[in-house]
Amino acid sequence: MPEPSRAETLLPLADDELIVGWRNSEWTGIAPFLEEDVAFSSIAQNEIGHARALYELVAEELGTTADELAYDRAPGDYRCAPLVQLRRMDWAATIARHVLYETADAIRIEALSSSADPAVAGIAARIDREEVYHRMHAEMWLSRLQASDEGRARLDAALDELWPYGLGVLDAEQRPELHGRLEERLSRALPDAAPVERGSHEPELADLLGEMTIVRRSAPAGARW
Amino acid sequence: MSLVWEVFRRERAGAPMQHAGSVVAPDERFAEIYAREQYGRRGESEALWLVPRDAVAEIDEFVDEFDLKYRRVDGYSIKERLKEARERAGTVPG
Repeated sequence: MPEPSRAETLLPLADDELIVGWRNSEWTGIAPFLEEDVAFSSIAQNEIGHARALYELVAEELGTTADELAYDRAPGDYRCAPLVQLRRMDWAATIARHVLYETADAIRIEALSSSADPAVAGIAARIDREEVYHRMHAEMWLSRLQASDEGRARLDAALDELWPYGLGVLDAEQRPELHGRLEERLSRALPDAAPVERGSHEPELADLLGEMTIVRRSAPAGARW
Repeated sequence: MSLVWEVFRRERAGAPMQHAGSVVAPDERFAEIYAREQYGRRGESEALWLVPRDAVAEIDEFVDEFDLKYRRVDGYSIKERLKEARERAGTVPG
């Protein structure tokens, strides 16, 4: 079986990072308190930075540009997991997504770090060095919410809702690992549910893409900024 | 309850720790994350120290009732006395 192309391997990851970064950035200015606002915005920026690096690598192979990949595709062509498409302006749901996404992302990045393609392995290792801090951030919020009855109840409700979406971030063979890591960390069972697979599009993705590209679309195609 | 953590940073190996600012955080783990974001993510620091403000003993009163200025690093001002001495000795510099 031939090795999958870089685009096949990296485009779903790039789209996930762009869209989760965009969703996280929706908390800028309205996070629960100021220090968190700075930290979560910074994480959002990192994710978008990872997306840029990944798009550049894919663009090289496809003979296009990172910007065109990020902004100019039809909504149906984005390959991001439904987990990152959801708009959830609730802090417990945001932390639940953050935990699900970062745990899944760690598994996927670990696998990519041993890719036979040195460019892919290299970018995975670089991304992982920043993701360490995202995981620390997710972990500290997880502990914080678990420490009170109200926090735990809200977190658990969000995890119940988002778990099938979390599964959809990974390929089928990596899902048992995600399930194991999360159940161990959360000390609770996760619902038995069918994954919400990559390739399906939540209604709010079109709104996000519309807003994300509004400035770019306001100028004639090929405009230089 | 949130605490104020004073953040010190070292710009490069061998440099002294200097006060950088503070972060407000509910516990040490949050303080670490926030300090990294605010004082470390641009490569401006080689190391950070986090100190709960409560742990800092502050001294802000320095009594000097008898004007013992010879004990201070700036010491006496000898300008006037030097001038007088030079005049007496007839060695006022031109």
